[in-house]
Amino acid sequence: MAILVDHDNKVLVQGITGHQGQYHTQAMLNFGTNIVGGVTPGKGGQEVHGKPVFNTVQEAVDATGANSTCVLVPRKFAFGAVKDAIEAGIHLHVVITEHIPVHDVMRFVRAAIDAGQQVIGPNCPGVASPGKGKIGILPDNIFKQGNVGVVSRSGTLTYEIVNSISEYGLGQSTCVGLGGDPVTGTSFIDALQMFEADPETKQMVLVGEIGGSAEEEAAAYVKDNVTKPVFAYIAGRSAPPGKTMGHAGAIISGSKGDAASKTAALEAAGIAVAEWPVDIPRLILGEL
Amino acid sequence: MNVMEYSAKEMFQQYGIPTPDGYTITSPEEVQEVMFPVVVKAQVQTGGRGKAGGIKFAATTEEARRMAGEILGMDIKGHTVRRVLIERRLNVNMELYLGYVVDRSARKIRCIASAAGGMDIESVPKDRLFSHPFDLEDFMSDTSLDRMVEMLGLCGIHNDATKDLAKRLYQLFTEKDATLVEINPLVITHEGELIAADAKLVIDNDALWRHTDLPAPEDEFTPLEKRARAEGIAFVQLDGDIGVIANGAGLTMATLDALKSVGGEGGVFLDLGGTDDPEQVKKAFRLMKDAKPKVVLLHIFGGITKCDTVAIGVRDVLAEECFEAPVIARIKGRNEGLARQILKDAGLIAAKSLQEAAKLATEAEGGEC
Repeated sequence: MAILVDHDNKVLVQGITGHQGQYHTQAMLNFGTNIVGGVTPGKGGQEVHGKPVFNTVQEAVDATGANSTCVLVPRKFAFGAVKDAIEAGIHLHVVITEHIPVHDVMRFVRAAIDAGQQVIGPNCPGVASPGKGKIGILPDNIFKQGNVGVVSRSGTLTYEIVNSISEYGLGQSTCVGLGGDPVTGTSFIDALQMFEADPETKQMVLVGEIGGSAEEEAAAYVKDNVTKPVFAYIAGRSAPPGKTMGHAGAIISGSKGDAASKTAALEAAGIAVAEWPVDIPRLILGEL
Repeated sequence: MNVMEYSAKEMFQQYGIPTPDGYTITSPEEVQEVMFPVVVKAQVQTGGRGKAGGIKFAATTEEARRMAGEILGMDIKGHTVRRVLIERRLNVNMELYLGYVVDRSARKIRCIASAAGGMDIESVPKDRLFSHPFDLEDFMSDTSLDRMVEMLGLCGIHNDATKDLAKRLYQLFTEKDATLVEINPLVITHEGELIAADAKLVIDNDALWRHTDLPAPEDEFTPLEKRARAEGIAFVQLDGDIGVIANGAGLTMATLDALKSVGGEGGVFLDLGGTDDPEQVKKAFRLMKDAKPKVVLLHIFGGITKCDTVAIGVRDVLAEECFEAPVIARIKGRNEGLARQILKDAGLIAAKSLQEAAKLATEAEGGEC
């Protein structure tokens, strides 16, 4: 099991001929991902790492039976790329691209939901299930197969936490990077629900940050719907209001979305919140 | 990007949304001898002007000049007032609230309207708010618009005018890639006019590339923040004296939090992003140098990023730039051993954990540790 990514994903890379596309296609192959091809308009007929390149997602789906995609195209082409993949019936869209206008994100997320499809991201590192595969740009060397489900709004901070979990002798079922934008295709609640239903996941780790109310909503959800233990870390305790802290979604608006209210909501739902990122494995093992 | 009130009102007019007669000035002498009584309003890219004394009324030219003189140059939450809007004072009968905002959780647009305009909308009780989410592409149904005007307590001719204004405002919201637009208050005058007495407009930074006609932000960012934006680096100036460079927004925030945990205070948030390109590392350190921190805390987690390549960039830029502030580094991940050696050879302090690095940085800065 695991969630979102397992042995059944047949993955396309949109933007496969670009520098990032080529690099991460190889990295995904190394991780055991079943990459079936790539899409770059105008470059159909080429090959990248032995995988065929198509002009459109529809052509790629017709030829390979692809059901998942990793979107690694520049932001100005991202909206068109995702819409193409939605129309071609892809089930899982992992959108890595950063700086897509939020109105465009709302448009393609709506279209995907209406078509019964799942979007991860945008502005996310993707999804990795150790031993099974990954769709995205998460590094290969930090993972270890295990039973901790990790869900996060950030990238590198998540790698640090995943790495500390692995170094402590634990491992991950799946790690999902939701993305740092204000609107994302998949929420904490969506991921927690999948982890709760996944027999391989025994504990969950939620890595949140300032901005919005997704952590508060996740806390309320956990209280009523999750039986497995959940642990959390929240970034941005020292962030001032009104400043965008790197991620477009990481902004305290007025008094809303600060770390204190998120921490309080999580703790009220019985979720232990770590002060230091590397404390997470010790919390899981009950050493803190 | 926060659009200043006077610019937002110019856009309102383009969409047929009435605003009071007015003009902007940058010095008190420019006050015109017309339109009295007037409102004198500070133009800054931040909220809370009224409470800070940035909005005043004047009955005569002399009074308006005096007030403009007081407001120009005023500091409002770190923003210096360089421009003042002079507007005809309205003969207010009713003050309403109308706005649209991106509802992040619902992934929809939310229309908020209230008969309790003129006050902080967050303090208005829920039962006095019309709060209605809808899909970006759909706008509101006629039934929803009817409920909206009912909540606003309007009657007769103002119903249709308000619905029409709500439609125009939403057209602006979608066409300009806004994340927030707010009229507070939306005034009905004793003469029966419906008029936007204030205008708040926030445009999605990630969509600015397709709105080249928008006025450039005048004071939302510091000069260094502007330079960082041009160089594609996420950079925020904060109150403390410890500059933080890390890779990834979450990790940079977590590093600033670590300083706070040990009694220190960050002065710069600098997200290097997912790069180990030595040139980008050099750009980042040059920005940091110009921000003049007392200490720099470098925190790299190498996943795809190679720590040793970052370290080479750091070593070279420190040598080139005569960087005086001590640099404390915490390097973890891919090729961390090599990276640590390069940094040690360059005279940097390499900490083993984030906690140790935060303590060392705070001590070096003269904090509480």
